Amino acid sequence: MASLAGTKSGDTKATWKSYFSGGAVGPFLGLVALCIFLSFTSETFLTLRNFLNVMDQITVIGVMALGMTLVILLGGIDLSVGSVLALSGMVLGYLGNNLGWPFAVGIVVALVVSALCGAVSGLMITKLNMPAFIATLAMMSIARGIASIITDGQQIVGFPDWFSNLAIIRHFGLLSATVSVMIVLTIIFYVFLKYRPAGRALYAVGGNPEVARLAGIHVERATLLVYTTCALLSGLAGVILSARLDSAQPSSGIGYELDTIAAVVIGGASLAGGVGGIGGTVVGVLIIGFLRNGLNLLHVSPFVQQVIIGVVIALAVAADTFRARRR
Amino acid sequence: MSEQSIQSDTILSVRGITKKYGSVTVLSDVDLDVRHGEVLALLGENGAGKSTISSIIAGLVQPTTGTMTWMGEPHAPQSPADALSAGIGLIHQEMRLLPALSVAENVFVGRLPIRMGRVDRSGINRRAAEQLRRLGLDIAPTTLVRDLKVAAQQQVEIAKALTLNARLLIFDEPTAALGGEETLRLFERIEQLKAEGVSFIYISHRLDEIARIADRVAVLRDGQLVATHETAQLPVKTLVEEMVGRPLDRMFPDLDEAIGETLLEVEDITSASGAFKNVSFSVRQGEVLGIAGIVGAGRTELVRAIAGADPIAAGVVKIAGKPIRLSHPSDALDQGIVLVPEDRKAQGLILPQTIAENIAQTNYDQIAPKGWINPKAVDRFARVAIERFGVKGRAEQRVNELSGGNQQKVVIAKCISRNPRVVILDEPTRGIDVGARAAIYEVIAGLARQGMAVVVVSSDLDEVLGLAHRVMVLSRGINRGILDREKADRVAVMELATT
Repeated sequence: MASLAGTKSGDTKATWKSYFSGGAVGPFLGLVALCIFLSFTSETFLTLRNFLNVMDQITVIGVMALGMTLVILLGGIDLSVGSVLALSGMVLGYLGNNLGWPFAVGIVVALVVSALCGAVSGLMITKLNMPAFIATLAMMSIARGIASIITDGQQIVGFPDWFSNLAIIRHFGLLSATVSVMIVLTIIFYVFLKYRPAGRALYAVGGNPEVARLAGIHVERATLLVYTTCALLSGLAGVILSARLDSAQPSSGIGYELDTIAAVVIGGASLAGGVGGIGGTVVGVLIIGFLRNGLNLLHVSPFVQQVIIGVVIALAVAADTFRARRR
Repeated sequence: MSEQSIQSDTILSVRGITKKYGSVTVLSDVDLDVRHGEVLALLGENGAGKSTISSIIAGLVQPTTGTMTWMGEPHAPQSPADALSAGIGLIHQEMRLLPALSVAENVFVGRLPIRMGRVDRSGINRRAAEQLRRLGLDIAPTTLVRDLKVAAQQQVEIAKALTLNARLLIFDEPTAALGGEETLRLFERIEQLKAEGVSFIYISHRLDEIARIADRVAVLRDGQLVATHETAQLPVKTLVEEMVGRPLDRMFPDLDEAIGETLLEVEDITSASGAFKNVSFSVRQGEVLGIAGIVGAGRTELVRAIAGADPIAAGVVKIAGKPIRLSHPSDALDQGIVLVPEDRKAQGLILPQTIAENIAQTNYDQIAPKGWINPKAVDRFARVAIERFGVKGRAEQRVNELSGGNQQKVVIAKCISRNPRVVILDEPTRGIDVGARAAIYEVIAGLARQGMAVVVVSSDLDEVLGLAHRVMVLSRGINRGILDREKADRVAVMELATT
């Protein structure tokens, strides 16, 4: 009887925690506290309009963070996401505006080019045994370079209305197409990581690649696919950003890799791999999004904002370490 | 009178040491004496407190209560450095060396002598070379540690302790990673240092070693000292019973003689790395084949190749008469071949994950046949496996909280839940205490009884001889012969293993 009761309480705990698998309960509480604080200090914070604004602002990072979650789960890192984002936007703008291709085709080509960047990084990591940090650092430079070569560093401005409207028109007064894409992708990745064997396999690979290999998991293939997926999502983020800004420039997305990694890590993922999840990443992205938004509403200077976000990253990870130590 | 002489002979005396972690008592009121120039063997099951008492003596852990006297002075080290400077060195089961640094740098790490503002390299190289010579070790002090074999790395650890003029060395499972030859050499070193007046506390699970090397034996059980013997020449049965606290009928289960059709056939396989050459053997359903040999004989490499983990350069592996492809572990799994790997922490388990997740990982084809995982099904599957293999733990418990024996059962549970046809176990009881070993042996015999073809690789000769219907002996990558159970004894196996 006693053991039965014990099991039951264990189960409930597991279910509650499993929504934010990867120890994101702490960050989630932090997010709640942040929202409560901001709704008292700013009049505009707790309005639907402001919330929708934040959603628009986090779309780019939110989409990239999904791919970065997979990469970090594997125990890897992808520094090239910001550059791939820029490359994707430039390919799209060049094909659509300079060459006059149909815009839809341009989007597809931009995504394919982005995915190729990820595949190349993945091959460098799996076939040449390069550390992910170095391989993606190389790709960061390569993709940024190509993005600049396309127009010799010039920006491309003015896209078709239907395309820009994807990021502007809020259907039913709520969600733009781009925000919807982010939400749908988030759900897909959440389900994939939690309920598909291939998703669980990533936790095994990140936890211990040798154990995973002996368990029959194709570690190299998984690694290759994850970097490809991450780059594909970065490319998609590039398309989304182009729609939002109605322009593409080779210098966009600089520093986004850091924001993206920060979001994933704030969400409780471990850079050592094997720990983390979409639930946590969503929390991380929202914390960064609400924090930026709230600080803007409170008229805090962008320089001070940078400091505060740095402090939040350090605090989130330190809190996680403390909890791990207490266990 | 004799009391007096023992007193003066004693260099370390431990009195009433108790250690509590929260409400858990891991050591209670332990008294222990170590005499000048002796080897005191410390025996006990995993969790008996052997490592805790040695950590306390070596300053890694501080006792809750109790006192120690070291060479007549009170001894209460607050750190390993304190203990080391007092002359007590602990040599870990797993080496704690810096692989990218030289032997000499490792020996003097943390106390590199400075001359004219710079590290005195020629000085440390000279002094390290002296100690290496003293240990009969023919390696240059400038060699990088990562280029040394495990046995040599251990010698470097010893050299490190000796440069600190250690008077007491504590060895925690020193032979776990050593082969027979290397063990012998280690014992020679111990004898030599003993003659120079160095004392030893020697922790090992291998009772035959204890009989060979120890002068006295102390047995711990559940954190208490249950016996001390003035000699190490004791019946194994006595020691085992003291360790487990209950009489043991027999260590090995009976083997079923009902053996079926030939299932696994290995024909002339050669490793791509050259670790083994032209090895052939076969295993029938319900049969246990033991693979014996000294470390480095190519046993692990052989079974890893059969499990698809390492490439094969030539030869054929057949299951039920059909040749199979082995380019990835998943190929072997698809054919019903599972490997319970040698190093459960590095190859068998994902330590921070739960028992359920570890067990589920290899079995999603059963748990989620349609590709959708129901967390409840994972839990149910894990509970069944936990029950079947007698794992002491809950499905949602992390595996790094389990004892070695229970971790090994989780590895076995995860592999066997696939209902494989061929089960290969590499060193299934390494680092596992005696009581838990018997349970593992029972599981292995049970697998054979269920009609699986079982291969057991072990450095523990008794284990191979006690468990297997037939024993194949490898030496330097070559199959030196397969002995039937009746003909297989220690002498016959060792003769083949050392050719």
